[in-house]
Formats: sequence, C-alpha cells, structure tokens
Amino acid sequence: MADYTLKIRRFDPESGEPAYWQSFDVDLAPERSVLDGVLRARDDEDGSIGIRCSCQAAICGSCAVRINGKTALACNTKLSDARAGAKAGEIVVEPMGNFPVLKDLIVDMDAVHWKKVQRVVPWLLPEGDPPEREYIVPPESMIDITQSMACIQCGACVGACLSLEVDPEFIGPAALAKAYRFVGDPRDGQTESRLQDLAEDPHGIYDCTHCFACVEVCPKDVAPMDQIMRLRRRATGDFGIRDQNNGYGHEKAFVDLIEKYGTLHEAQLLPRSFGQGSLVRSQLDPNSVKQLVTALPAAVNGLKSGKVSPVKALWHHKLPDQDQVRRIYKEIESKDERLELNLYIVGESGGEEEGAMAEGSQES
Amino acid sequence: MKVAYWPGCVSRGFTPELHGSMALVAPKLDIEMVELDRANCCGAGVIAEHNQELVDTLNARTFAMAQGVEGAAGMMNICSTCQGAQTECRERLDASTDYRSGVNEHLKPEGLSYESNGDWWNKNFLWLLVEEIGLDTLRERVVRPLEGLRIAPFYGCYIVRPTRRLGYADHPERDRYMEMVIEAIGANPVDYAGKHKCCGFPLITMNRTTSLRQAGRHLADAIDADADCLVTPCPLCHLNLDLQQPDAAKYVERDLDIPVLHLPQMVGLALGLEPKELGMNKHVVKTGDVQRKVAALAAA
Repeated sequence: MADYTLKIRRFDPESGEPAYWQSFDVDLAPERSVLDGVLRARDDEDGSIGIRCSCQAAICGSCAVRINGKTALACNTKLSDARAGAKAGEIVVEPMGNFPVLKDLIVDMDAVHWKKVQRVVPWLLPEGDPPEREYIVPPESMIDITQSMACIQCGACVGACLSLEVDPEFIGPAALAKAYRFVGDPRDGQTESRLQDLAEDPHGIYDCTHCFACVEVCPKDVAPMDQIMRLRRRATGDFGIRDQNNGYGHEKAFVDLIEKYGTLHEAQLLPRSFGQGSLVRSQLDPNSVKQLVTALPAAVNGLKSGKVSPVKALWHHKLPDQDQVRRIYKEIESKDERLELNLYIVGESGGEEEGAMAEGSQES
Repeated sequence: MKVAYWPGCVSRGFTPELHGSMALVAPKLDIEMVELDRANCCGAGVIAEHNQELVDTLNARTFAMAQGVEGAAGMMNICSTCQGAQTECRERLDASTDYRSGVNEHLKPEGLSYESNGDWWNKNFLWLLVEEIGLDTLRERVVRPLEGLRIAPFYGCYIVRPTRRLGYADHPERDRYMEMVIEAIGANPVDYAGKHKCCGFPLITMNRTTSLRQAGRHLADAIDADADCLVTPCPLCHLNLDLQQPDAAKYVERDLDIPVLHLPQMVGLALGLEPKELGMNKHVVKTGDVQRKVAALAAA
C-alpha cells in the first residue's frame, strides 16, 4: 500500500476534453511536501501533469494550489498534514479558485492577479523634484508597511477570496494589500488620490466582504484584509473621502450610533449609511432615497413577519451608562494620533521587551 | 453552569426570536445566564476599521463587566460576529501589558479593568454547547429527536476564520461543531459548498449585488443538496439569508424558499420546546414545513 494518494484535478483545454480527476499513489516520507508528491507522480507516472514551481521553499510563490479545498503553497504543506485534513484518505489537489485554468494545476496569473496589481499603480509616485541622491527614509516610518511588503505574489488570497467568487471585477486582496504598501510609504506623494480612486471604485476597498479568507490562507501573514481595512481607515479617518459606495457613510453611521446609543440602532443604520452618516441627508438626497426604496421590500418583510416591530424600528433605548461610552469615545477620538497595535510587527508577545507599539501617524 | 451572557445587538434588535429562544434553551441545559445589560456593541468589524484603540476599549469594557460576574466561568455570546470581533480585540489586549494598561486607563472612571487571564473564556453558544456542556449531555436531554430532518449548517465567517486566532489549534473540530450538534439531536447534517463561506451581510449597504449574490448562492447550494432548512449561530448571517432571501432570489435568478433557523431554535426544538415559543413564526421565509416535520416526529 502506498504512503499517500493524491487526487489531482486534470484539465487540458487544448484537448477539448472536460476536466477529470486522476489519483496517484506516491511513496514519500510524511515530512515531504505536497509539491514533492505531485512532482513524484509526474516523474514516475505521468509526465504531462502541469504544475508551476521553482524555489520549493515558500519564497517564490509559484506553487499555490487548493489542497483539500483550502488554498496553500504546495511546497509549504507537508503530506502528513494534508492527509490529516483529507476526506477518505485521498489528498485532493486542485488549481486555485477565481482563476482561469491553463492546464491542470497551472492558472492564468496574468488574467486575474497581475492585471489587478497593475490596476493599483504599484510603484512610487513621489511629488516634486527627486533628490540629488537617494530618498532618505527613517526606518521607523517604513515599519508600518513591512507587513504588506512581505507579500510574495503567490495569489493564494486571490484564489480564496469570497468576494471575487461572485464579483470577478473586485480588485481583490493581493492588489489592495499592494496598494497599502504605497499608500503607507512616506515617499509617495499621491496618497489621497490613490485612496480616492480605490474608495470610489465600486469594486475597490468597499467590495471586500470582511470574511478573513485571505487572512486564513496567506503563507506570509500579510493579512490582506487588514491592509484593506487600513486603506479604509486612512480614506475615511485621514481624508474624509465620501465615496459613492456608502463606505464612508456606513462607517460613520455605525460609529456614531454606538456613540449615541451604546448598542446598534439597526433601523437607522441603513438610512444613515446611504446618507453619508446623516439621517436627514438620507431622506433628502435623491441617490440615498433611491437606495432606500431598493431596501424597502426587506424592511416590509421584516415588519410583516414580526421580526421587526414598528416601535423597535423607531425607538432604541440607550445603555444605562451611555455617558461612559461617550466619555471613552471623547478620550480616544480627541487624540492627535490613532494608536494601533500590529501584532505582526511587535510579535505576539506585544513587543514588551522593546516597548514597541506602532502608532498611526495620522490625525483623527 | 453560570455564564456572563452577552446577547449582542442584533439578537435584541432585528432577530428578537434568537434572544427569546436562547432564554428558553439555557435552563434546559442548566446554563445560568447573567445578562450584561450595561455592555456595549462589539463593533462588528466596523469600529475596528475606524479606530483600533476605540474598539479594543469598548470590548475590554464588556470583558471587564463579564469578569465581574461572580461565579461565572466565562462569557457566552450568541453571535458569530461578536465572537470574532471580540476575540480579535482580546488577542491584542492579551498580547501587550502596556497596551492593556493604556486601555484600562479609559475604564478606570467606571471602576472597571480587564484582566488578562488564560482560564477565562469568551465563547459562542455553539462552542459552549460542545466544549462545556458536552454532546453527551445534549443527547441525554433530547426529548424530540429531529430524525429525518436535513439541516444545512451555516457558520458565519467570524467563527471559522482566522483559525489561529480562534483557538482551532486546541479545538481543531470547531469547524465541524454544527454538524456534530445536528447529529447529536438526531437530525442529518447536509454538506454543501457554502457552509463556511460568507453570507455577504457586511456588504449589504456597500455592494448589494455582491452581498445578495453570496447569500443567494449558498441558499441555492443548500436547496440543491436537498436541505430542509439552514441553521446558523450568527444573527447577521440570518438577516442576509432569511430577511433578504426574497431579494437574494432575484440576484441569483432562481426561486429560493428555505427556512433559516437560529442555533438555539434548532436545539430548542429537540429539547421539546414548541416552534411558536421559539419564535419560528417570526421568520420571513416561513418555517411551516420544518414545523410540520417536527410535529410528525412528535406524533410518530
């Protein structure tokens, strides 16, 4: 009996045949990788198996595939671990989702990933005349972007993205994480226009569904979703960009409602979100009214089912100690700088040995 | 078991049947809930977008109140989103003494302080049910096994990802707990593509099309897998899957008509509670077929 069985999805568009599954038995030690398994199958049984790989050390990002339904680097996944997560003992290896397949496990990175990375203008756009020699950047000002710089462009986050699954136009986690790499770079002179562009695009930062799928699969802990949230934070908090997608409105509405009531007044969240955070504007602005009308059937259904009572929709009680919540808001929101603790940077011990604490350098 | 109970905003707002059903189910499982009626919203990921220190302080305030409940083993919530949002804050608060001290300074005027303590837990009812109450106890308490009922679990993102933060190293089966509970009450768990995916709720105000396509696809997948209903531990997922279901049908261009139960409702049915007292008449997608099947089981 073989040590491991790999069930590989085969597809060759040039053959005109539909995709099919093929199983391969491989004898390898448990600490060897899924990539080793695929390469062994290719060497010993079928030389036509298509897979990209290069460094075999989780650096080049070439071999991202889906293993038992979860996107990962094949070279960075042990056979023993893969089998532990396998159904019926077979390790299932497929090409990444959200990409056109070129052959077997090889996907078209140009069509999705690189196209989207290009979209965010992935190079510095400094302002003014360049210095005589190089730009001098204090190391501490670059710490903020080290996490986004760790990306190896493997596309695992793109393959796992649940927004892309239903909206192929979404700029996506990898490209947006790359965007933060430049938004957070002190040498870049186009911060506001970059943020304006990404906030206004209907498939930009406000098309991320906050599902953590990219965070879960990233082999380098870039946490693309966190970078997207930082883009949102910079767009709304630092530049007050009022986008057409209700991103600014939704954040403002939610934050303001908790400051006012302590818990969420759901009936006001939707109209305020459509009205850039304002209940009055939501009923005067034609675009907001149009959106409210679209949302009306759900509200009516909620009322009809008894899920939502008219009283509850109109009236929301404040917490008994709401003045304390307001005080906390005031103390924190009045600070000149936003305080952030990024565990990627300071380490999971909180960096107490170094006393490290990352601070947002922007005015609230 | 005594717990500090954080019901969240939505269970007391647009899904009152969730809060009501949990109140009925708890005594049947010997859970004594001390509700945190002064605690505030977890931020649901949105306040975290706005200001990290603010959301961490608001949740530290809730944790401190929960830790002040005498004799409580930990804090229980009934919302996947609360679970994820609060765990994220707790991770930062536990990581740094300096940071935690700064946050606690904001709580001083209320006489509150969040103490980092590895023994203290914050758990969704699903986790508490499996890890603290135990499936054997649940099986013993079942008076109406839901045999023959095909139930599709829908977890909600915040309770399954990221696994590193959510304690999956110690509890690797947390992404199967729903199936385990469904089996324990005698029903059949339905496997389908969408069970760990996103319901789309966070996008409902920002990209309605993406949001409702997501919801619609998962509902369609569950229907195609021959499920009688879905069940979820997340009221926000419930809103997109139930309240928005008629609209979601338009976005995926097919008929959708599948009830979406809250986890305590499903458990409550098996424990002998009646559909009406569990608020199953307060759903947009009518639960009549499920109720009839349950009634037939009782009559059999």
